[in-house]
Amino acid sequence: MIGTAIQIAMVLLGVSLGLATLRLLLGPDITDRILALDTLYVNAAALLVLYGVKLGADRYYEAALLIAMLGFVTTVVLSKFLTRGDVIE
Amino acid sequence: MSYMTLLELVVSVLVVAGAGFSLIGSLGLLRMPDFFTRLHGPSKATTLGIGSLLVASAVYLSVRGPGLSLQEFMIPLFVAITTPVSAQLLAKAARHRRRPGSEGWTEDDQVRKR
Repeated sequence: MIGTAIQIAMVLLGVSLGLATLRLLLGPDITDRILALDTLYVNAAALLVLYGVKLGADRYYEAALLIAMLGFVTTVVLSKFLTRGDVIE
Repeated sequence: MSYMTLLELVVSVLVVAGAGFSLIGSLGLLRMPDFFTRLHGPSKATTLGIGSLLVASAVYLSVRGPGLSLQEFMIPLFVAITTPVSAQLLAKAARHRRRPGSEGWTEDDQVRKR
């Protein structure tokens, strides 16, 4: 039962990654693209955690945590750059 | 119902619900008409999605693995702290870009009654 549920969840997360990629390509303004990139980061971390559950290994959460941190820093830096024209003043 | 069956049921429901919430968030990101409405989808639904996925992972690995694995809860904690911050910064940046005369400003923003 867990194997089937994980496969369904992987398909759902893959579709969600595809939708975010579509918004990343379409996005009318650059803020839409930044938001789509942030969503892609969080969904990639979720997919990695799911892969760890599938394998029964608890070492994938560190990589997922790293991806989540990189996504946060990327979003903050990009929106800071858009607002102020500079990252570190 | 035996103990293992109950565990499998809980983990399966949590995993599918988490992935479904992530899908709803991305669907909102794609389908909403305006940037400030688009911001709602990922910032709320995706947090809930990764939260329930990590709860499922912690429950499953605590029972199947060598011991209690509570370090998994660092990720939902981190995401729950950082997502409002990044959403607020993004909204600020978008608001800044839509001022009259700035680079991202369009005629639509002038007409729109918001």
